[in-house]
Amino acid sequence: MAAALPEGDPVPSDGALPSPALEGLGERGFGVYIHVPFCASRCGYCDFNTYTASELSFSAGDYVDAVLAEIKLASGILAHPVETVFFGGGTPTLLPTDQLARLLDAVRDTWGLAPGAEVTTEANPESVSPASLKALREHGFTRISLGMQSAAPGVLRILDRQHTPGRAIAAVEEARTAGFKNINLDLIYGTPGESAADFESSLELAIGSGADHVSAYSLIVEDGTRLAARIDRGEIAQPSDDVAADRYLAAEARLSAAGFEWYEVSNWARFEQARCRHNLLYWRGGDWWGFGPGAHSHVGGVRWWNVKHPRTYGQRLASGVSPGHGREILTASERRDEHVMLAMRLASGLPLDEIDVSKVEDGLLDVRGGRATLTLRGRLLADAVIRSLLT
Amino acid sequence: MIQPGATDPAAIRNFCIIAHIDHGKSTLADRMLQLTEVVDPRLMRAQYLDRMDIERERGITIKSQAVRMPWKVREGERAGSQAVLNMIDTPGHVDFTYEVSRSLAACEGAVLLVDAAQGIEAQTLANLYLALENNLTIIPVLNKIDLPAAQPDKYAEELAHLIGCEPEDCHRVSGKTGEGVPHLLDEIVRKFPPPVGEADAPARAMIFDSVYDIYRGVVTYVRVIDGRIEARDRIKMMSTGAVHELLELGVISPEPVKSKAIGVGEVGYLITGVKDVRQSRVGDTVTINSRPAKQALGGYKDPKPMVYSGLYPLDGSEYPDLREALDKLKLNDAALVYEPESSAALGFGFRCGFLGLLHLEIIRERLEREFNLDLISTAPNVVYRVLMEDGEEVVVTNPSEYPTGKVGEVYEPTVRATVLTPNDFVGAVMELCQGRRGSLRGMDYLSADRVELRYSMPLGEIIFDFFDQLKSRTKGYASLDYEPSGEQAAELVKVDILLQGEPVDAFSAIVHKDKAYQYGTTIAAKLRELIPRQQFEVPIQAAIGSRVIARETIRAIRKDVLAKCYGGDITRKRKLLEKQKEGKKRMKMVGRVEVPQEAFIAALSTSESAGDKGKK
Ligand SMILES: Nc1nc2c(ncn2[C@@H]2O[C@H](COP(=O)(O)OP(=O)(O)OP(=O)(O)O)[C@@H](O)[C@H]2O)c(=O)[nH]1
Ligand SMILES: C[S@@+](CC[C@H](N)C(=O)[O-])C[C@H]1O[C@@H](n2cnc3c(N)ncnc32)[C@H](O)[C@@H]1O
Ligand code: SF4
Ligand SMILES: [Mg+2]
Repeated sequence: MAAALPEGDPVPSDGALPSPALEGLGERGFGVYIHVPFCASRCGYCDFNTYTASELSFSAGDYVDAVLAEIKLASGILAHPVETVFFGGGTPTLLPTDQLARLLDAVRDTWGLAPGAEVTTEANPESVSPASLKALREHGFTRISLGMQSAAPGVLRILDRQHTPGRAIAAVEEARTAGFKNINLDLIYGTPGESAADFESSLELAIGSGADHVSAYSLIVEDGTRLAARIDRGEIAQPSDDVAADRYLAAEARLSAAGFEWYEVSNWARFEQARCRHNLLYWRGGDWWGFGPGAHSHVGGVRWWNVKHPRTYGQRLASGVSPGHGREILTASERRDEHVMLAMRLASGLPLDEIDVSKVEDGLLDVRGGRATLTLRGRLLADAVIRSLLT
Repeated sequence: MIQPGATDPAAIRNFCIIAHIDHGKSTLADRMLQLTEVVDPRLMRAQYLDRMDIERERGITIKSQAVRMPWKVREGERAGSQAVLNMIDTPGHVDFTYEVSRSLAACEGAVLLVDAAQGIEAQTLANLYLALENNLTIIPVLNKIDLPAAQPDKYAEELAHLIGCEPEDCHRVSGKTGEGVPHLLDEIVRKFPPPVGEADAPARAMIFDSVYDIYRGVVTYVRVIDGRIEARDRIKMMSTGAVHELLELGVISPEPVKSKAIGVGEVGYLITGVKDVRQSRVGDTVTINSRPAKQALGGYKDPKPMVYSGLYPLDGSEYPDLREALDKLKLNDAALVYEPESSAALGFGFRCGFLGLLHLEIIRERLEREFNLDLISTAPNVVYRVLMEDGEEVVVTNPSEYPTGKVGEVYEPTVRATVLTPNDFVGAVMELCQGRRGSLRGMDYLSADRVELRYSMPLGEIIFDFFDQLKSRTKGYASLDYEPSGEQAAELVKVDILLQGEPVDAFSAIVHKDKAYQYGTTIAAKLRELIPRQQFEVPIQAAIGSRVIARETIRAIRKDVLAKCYGGDITRKRKLLEKQKEGKKRMKMVGRVEVPQEAFIAALSTSESAGDKGKK
């Protein structure tokens, strides 16, 4: 089950943005997100907006046509070269490579890609091959993010993952061979049944794979998922925060020892150029247009989100109407809350003139050079730090 | 003539229905409302007079209700004559004995109702004695004779023995089927004396109830003793001398019916447009300004609060609203007393006195639902009198104000408790009472298998979970009544609860020294479960003075961060943060420790609640 969308104000049928939002477009960076809502099967923990073939009577071609229509709609609203493109999912690589290429070409043709643009796609390890990776690279993709999750067979099973433990590592090698320099592996820690050794070996393999970026997420039990139901029934234990804390410390220890540096609470990169510029755009309050069913966008203090279901999404666009489901025009205080909420989680932290560090318990912030950044313990208590700063 | 204001006092009968809780008073009243045709049949519902939501939900009467009903006698020597009955349905729960005694003062007769399947219970005795003290004529009635388990012969015997009449004098009715009720109404006219008063004297009417109504302001219920009050009169409150224009006058039947006047012996209501809750006090005497009476009527003894608890708004800015709400409830409820107080943990609130735990629970619930307040109530306690070695006397209604200096003697309130139990359970009851520091004062057999045990006991031991314990040890068969009987010196200590070394005033309690350890360990363990882990370790201690008697630790939280990929859905994240911020607002800061409101409520609630009945 996919998580519900927020309520919000209605989006005008032509998708128009209030003109103040468009002022200074590009000064905050400009990116494009394309949501691909298809997966071969649904993982029990996942509440992303994605569908399996049996749930949809909607072809990949229909979907791509609809997104192309949304790009057309957007082209009449704003114009700026695109610095980052991110195909997320779902499983974008379930689409034939030429369809992904059509989408990327449309972005390029509409706005142009800025020199050195970052073009990422998420991929499930089993959904790529040396040939598909090569094709992606040739079409202009520069970065690939693989959902490895774990190297422990038992953990992959509880997570309902389709790939074998070795597949993610092999996929990294294939991506490198295809010419990708920027490769990320997603890990999930704290899965019930995962031992400290399981996670250590996942880290070990991820580090040794040659990936230059690791995202490590603690398993979140989302309402309405199969995982939540199984936990309710007592089939699976509730993940423990204390265990998750231990795993996080292990991740930091291993990754930093291997030369990775954290730059956001859940993200580590081998060097500055390996950081995900697209995600940084989100966290730094940048502008982007999110295309596809359920995609979220932000331009100049206006956030909006599309209707979730691919069919409704397609119908809207087929009848020339914006697929926007709702939007909000952020108030000054909401903007500030978001700014603190997002920036505090970055290794760059916040300047002291923007926050009152005395509200925060000792030992959670590192204050130096006119900025406050989270300490290791602070990273584990980041939400508490943010609450303290904002109340 | 039976118009209000023009009714011959000789045709009036003022009576109340009294009984142990649940013996069927309100149901019998329903049948009377129907037989006298004062309620439109389409509007009839069970326990018609239990009007408050809280009464209907719990199935109990909390407030007395007076109703004027015409009745044409059907049988006997008065057959065919017209009478006016003023019936008052009263509450049965021990907390509301005061409400019963006020009602009794407005009557000449009392219908003493006994459930024919249960027999005499503790409040049967208590209410009977109250009625006798007020010199009321009693009609004994066995109710629920339709029940297969009813034993009317057996209990007629018991009842007759108790009030000193013949078993045949006990009426037999079913409030459910209506059987025997017309006959009972005839009997009421025959047996109860009519009111006597001087029709020509200056008016005197006793305020026996006073209710704040958001639409009509203060509605004052009176029973006229002498003279008459007319709709055009200007009335005067004898205690304050305040004079008010009458906006409306009438009788309740059972909805308000405007009338021109009310005369000797009649019961009615007055509306003056007074909004200030203190201007129309129960127990005051109303007279007419143009021809005032010289001497006020006797009035009522103010009820004495038995338990105290601090009430605090969750949101400190609602303090003035809480004050206003208490002022309004106070008008209908002379038993409610309160004084502002402040707590380091809870902020500004009121120390409130109640008649018992059910009373507390009901006031709290009414404040929350009728006035839209969110409240915390602190652990209830009784009043202690502390004599210092230097001779100074301190009255403690709030445990955190227990004196710290050299304490000499401490006195606690005591009660005379009456327990009625089948004789099989006498041993179990005695064991319970002894465990609660009770001393046996007497024991009587009301019948071959029903025993009355009389104990002197500390109020503090009886008021909290005693009743539930009594019920569970007697398979539900015992009943309890108690009344204040003075005070006694006792070995009491104050137990403080400390979070991170800081005493939390709201958790302090005064307990007998033998029970201090138990209190300390229980609260400390409860708090450990109730307080969420903080960013640092939080020790919880229970202490008597500087001596720690129990200790628990809440380990520091290690992870409080959402570490998941949300992509561009920043809105969802912000909403989550806003929700967390909202949650944080519902925390009370105790030093550096964030304590959820729920922790106060849950830690301070005795595991048992006040309700005598499982009807919640
Ligand atoms: N079978 C039967 N049940 C009755 C009769 N009278 C009352 N009841 C039931 O007894 C219960 C209590 O009745 P109430 O009329 O609320 O009793 P009460 O004395 O007014 O109770 P309090 O006001 O709380 O003291 C209800 O469930 C009634 O339906 C009766 O004559 N026969
Ligand atoms: C948008 S998902 C999709 C990527 C791709 N389909 C895959 O699963 O490999 C991106 C990442 O979010 C993480 N994720 C998804 N659901 C999660 C959950 N409930 N708790 C923690 N992490 C989660 C997984 O690590 C996943 O790789
Ligand atoms: S493959 Fe990825 S997007 Fe699809 S269900 Fe699994 S976690 Fe979710
Ligand atoms: Mg009743």
